[in-house]
Amino acid sequence: MLETGLVSKAIDVEEIRKDFPILKRKVHDKRLVYLDNAATSQKPKQVIDTLIDYYSNYNSNIHRSVHQLAEEATQAFEAAREKTRAFINASKTDEVIFTQGTTEGLNFAASSLVSKYVKKTDSIVVTEMEHHSNFVPWQQAAKRAGAYFEIVSVDDEGFLDFSDLDNKLKGAKIFAFSESSNVLGSNLDAKELTKRAHENGALVVVDGAQSAPHMPVDVQNMDCDMFAFSSHKMLGPTGVGCLYGKRDLLASIPPFLYGGDMIKEVHRKETNWNDLPWKFEAGTSNIADVIGLGSAIDYLKRMGMSNIRRHETEICRAALEELAKFPDVEVYGPKVAENRSAAISFNVAKIHPHDVASILDEEGVAIRSGHHCAQVLMERLGVSATARASFYLYNGYDDLEALIEGLKKVRQVFQ
Amino acid sequence: MSADIYKEIILDYYKNPRNKGTLESPDVSVRDSNPLCGDVIEMQMKFEGDKLREIKFNGDGCAISQASASILTEMVSGKTIEEARSLDKSALLENLGSPNLGPVRIKCALLSLKVMKMGIYQHLGGSDATPSPEDLASSR
Repeated sequence: MLETGLVSKAIDVEEIRKDFPILKRKVHDKRLVYLDNAATSQKPKQVIDTLIDYYSNYNSNIHRSVHQLAEEATQAFEAAREKTRAFINASKTDEVIFTQGTTEGLNFAASSLVSKYVKKTDSIVVTEMEHHSNFVPWQQAAKRAGAYFEIVSVDDEGFLDFSDLDNKLKGAKIFAFSESSNVLGSNLDAKELTKRAHENGALVVVDGAQSAPHMPVDVQNMDCDMFAFSSHKMLGPTGVGCLYGKRDLLASIPPFLYGGDMIKEVHRKETNWNDLPWKFEAGTSNIADVIGLGSAIDYLKRMGMSNIRRHETEICRAALEELAKFPDVEVYGPKVAENRSAAISFNVAKIHPHDVASILDEEGVAIRSGHHCAQVLMERLGVSATARASFYLYNGYDDLEALIEGLKKVRQVFQ
Repeated sequence: MSADIYKEIILDYYKNPRNKGTLESPDVSVRDSNPLCGDVIEMQMKFEGDKLREIKFNGDGCAISQASASILTEMVSGKTIEEARSLDKSALLENLGSPNLGPVRIKCALLSLKVMKMGIYQHLGGSDATPSPEDLASSR
């Protein structure tokens, strides 16, 4: 039994929950225990109110018209860009490109960087633990370029096999990896990996979908060339993300999409591109949701990313201890909370993860089950699917307790 | 929906699957998976005249997908090819004891029906026959 009355030292969970309207609802007559944060996070009323305010009071297209509404919308949109810059500590605001999400950012990176910098028989390196969105775009771009596609092995603890990494980085042109695994929860040392790749002359693209929501990110210190993440996993709206790129690199590659707002001058035979970052933002942007992302960043900043990280590490440590008490539960990924995120994948012996998730759902506990868009990693782990409970700032020890009690129910049903 | 999607019948067929295994020299062998969940169902069939004489399945996945496959093989074994081809999803869901599965889990339950119909169509139309979208619609 979990020690009751445990309270997080880093975050006032009870206070935070008041900001999230959805956490008041019931699921199957039980309190909603939302542990599917690695898939998407819930939204605080501050973010929801920002969207309502935009559509109610200053909805307008940006960068074009000169009327008052357009001025206000443009100002709010560009303010969100500055907030996003500060959030990842990019050195310049024009290095922040708004996308539809991590997937679009990584597709853009793969398509543009490979066509510019990768030639036949060069190599592109990814890892075995990548989400499909940081795997398939590179695999397909490599095919188009006639380049080699190399996959760095994952060791038994859930980290990269460094001897394999060093071998594969030799002569590589691009190294793409996720800073935090959506399945294993492993937090990689992105700075060290970037340094090794740069020593080999490779460009570095980091998938930050699972790291940016949960820990401080400093792209200058990391020194990566590109970094992609999504708004919806960090309290913001869906449909928005950010691709950071070093200015010189962004200046060197052509636009990904053509259309309005990304041009400077269009003539019958040629076109000049707009300045960064608008060169990469063709068409009307997702204005409301970008401004909503800015509001989510304000919220996270107020809580403090280091506090969020400390809180999740505490909960993760307790969760690993509790899960270890079940002899028939196998937990994947690092066993030390400090080395990992609070996205915890596991399996219950002889029970399919979908069945685990369905029975937990009856108890109001929402977790993910499936292959988590990481089939290559599933193959490496020798499983077809796992269950995954992933925690965030509004999850407390009571949520962990509900998960553990739910797992006992799962075993009862299948005994 | 309540805990009761795990009806006795699903747990029973999951733990003690009927018609699980392989056939010797089957007339058709078909396999499909559920891309979202990774459930896999393989089926092998032997025909005799207008009858589906024997059917076996193999697979990997959740209790609902596997129990459904097992129950389905019992439903169509020995029936005419036309009866198997026109079997409606509601009959299978009824037999599973879960007529009201949600939109996600229903895919687990109906994967077996899709695979079975693929096998029937393969038999009817030669090796590369595929079911028409309309026909598969009844199994989605």
